[in-house]
Amino acid sequence: MMMTYREAMRQALHDALSSDPRVFLMGEDVGKYGGSYAVSKGFLDEFGPARIRDTPLSELAFVGAGIGAALGGMRPIVEVMTVNFSLLALDQIVNTAALYRHMSGGQFSIPLVIRMATGAGRQLAAQHSHSFENWYACVPGIKVVAPATIDDARGMLKPALADPDPVIVFEHALLYNAEGELGDGWQQVDIRSAKILRPGRDVTICAYGGTVGKALDAASELATEGIEAEVVDLRVLRPLDDETIIASVRRTRRAVLVDEGWRSGSLAAEISARIMEQAFFDLDAPVARVCSEEVPMPYPKHLEDAALPQRAKIVAAVRQVIGKG
Amino acid sequence: MSETAANAMTIPRELALELLRDMVRIRRFEERCADLYGKQKIRGFLHLYIGEEAVATGAIHALQPDDAIVATYREHGHALVRGISANAIMAEMYGKREGCSRGRGGSMHIFDAATRFYGGNAIVGGGLPLAVGLALADRMQDRPRVTAAFFGEGAVAEGAFHESMNLAALWKLPVAFFCENNFYAMGTALSRSESQTDLCAKANAFRVPTLKVDGMDVEAVYEATVQAAASVRRGEGPFFVEFQTYRYRAHSMFDPDLYRDKAEIEAWKMRGPIHHLTNRLKADGTLTEEAFLALDAKASQEVEAATAFAEAGTWEPVEDLVRDVHTELAA
Repeated sequence: MMMTYREAMRQALHDALSSDPRVFLMGEDVGKYGGSYAVSKGFLDEFGPARIRDTPLSELAFVGAGIGAALGGMRPIVEVMTVNFSLLALDQIVNTAALYRHMSGGQFSIPLVIRMATGAGRQLAAQHSHSFENWYACVPGIKVVAPATIDDARGMLKPALADPDPVIVFEHALLYNAEGELGDGWQQVDIRSAKILRPGRDVTICAYGGTVGKALDAASELATEGIEAEVVDLRVLRPLDDETIIASVRRTRRAVLVDEGWRSGSLAAEISARIMEQAFFDLDAPVARVCSEEVPMPYPKHLEDAALPQRAKIVAAVRQVIGKG
Repeated sequence: MSETAANAMTIPRELALELLRDMVRIRRFEERCADLYGKQKIRGFLHLYIGEEAVATGAIHALQPDDAIVATYREHGHALVRGISANAIMAEMYGKREGCSRGRGGSMHIFDAATRFYGGNAIVGGGLPLAVGLALADRMQDRPRVTAAFFGEGAVAEGAFHESMNLAALWKLPVAFFCENNFYAMGTALSRSESQTDLCAKANAFRVPTLKVDGMDVEAVYEATVQAAASVRRGEGPFFVEFQTYRYRAHSMFDPDLYRDKAEIEAWKMRGPIHHLTNRLKADGTLTEEAFLALDAKASQEVEAATAFAEAGTWEPVEDLVRDVHTELAA
């Protein structure tokens, strides 16, 4: 069945709200407006204002309220409109949600799901184009997932809600309109493993979220030159699935890491370090990274395009590590 | 300010004695903590509540056992009054495995699921959104419970306070906001940090009902809390109570306390909550000096037993370092 990422996410939320009375959705404009990305359109009428809760512009308070509600026996899904605004809630996410179980000596778990849109690519300029998945992925106590496919958009919410600890779901804003086939396996997707979306023997390209499509496009282009790239969709950014990543790199002996975050301190840097630690002697070339340039996101399209990882940059990086650059 | 000091006791004598007993327990417990800090048995930050005992004691006695308490890093007193054992609290201060938070939290992170004690939150204002959420869960599940959030006046400068007050008022959630105004946010006096020093006026701006109470008078604290909790439990939305109080000791054991006038500290000590209630109970014949000494001795015994318990406690093995980061799932 063909569907958009938005529709897949909508169906996932609908399932959750229909099947568990403890689940509710809370955030800015999730109700009357229908969700800023129209994911929850119609939910207010169907589930009512107690379970589809429009909040004031108080990210700190409503994320914290989600934490408290989770402690109180509910299964909240808190929608923070975008990762950019999540910085206003960073204290609650890091200092409360992530640490609470440990600080309490294991007495309290926080079964909370936080969803947020992320990423650039729509000429929204510096304050609305962040990718801070790595900020969250560096904190013990939370899990971070990045559904990039229709299957994951449809299937990841259920295991995220079933998890006893906080899970942050990053939805790249450019993906909502993406269309694809919903596979047979969507009900079995987990929030533990990375996935090889395209097998290949010559190089491993790791990507997540909004860059997965670009990595697949690059692999297709490279195939016309006889270079077979393996594309790994990281899917889960914390904890990283080292096993899948390292096994792939051992097979291909080369790695190109694609990350929409800024290069310094990026997830790509973390993965690069892990490859060095675990597969150094299997490598035939230094690991390459294709990240965002270290500049606040400029508004003009040509500059935004130049700042972001693109198919051509990925192709060039692969040629480089293969020695055909 | 309520003026009950000159009047007859307004609460049952048995309850008054119970309040006195708990205030003395807190005082003796914390004096011992200060001593143990000097001996390096307790490390890290240690924030003493000495002087402010009437607030936690009066307020928590006016709550129900299934109400929730969200407290700050100055929470030993709240934990003791709530019924967490002195043993478990002291062992936590030591960082021992027998502590109420398994030793992982220390002085600032006392938690106890059994008494619905939700910390021990050491980011100023950080507990307030959490309290709103606990209350939201109660509302959504039709439980007539109150969530009591304790916080200092320093927290009213935080966005978390304003956002939480608004959200609780907007959704009429059962939160009791208990502001412990000891007039100093660490070293910064209220008048040096707030354009509006009438804290109730801030709450009123959210259309939340308020009471301003003499926080050195445990009876007044108790009665104000009874009133506030009843309003919250009736479903009338949040309530804000400002308890005016004073800490006799410095902010923490690191604080040289250079920002307060010694005469000011002495003036507040003259109004000490234990002193105040003891005099009243003696005046009306409820308490003799002998009875007070016996009560005091019992508190000291409890503290000594807790100290011995903590001393005898065990260190968690380093092999368990990363436990309780995530919930362990059954295989």
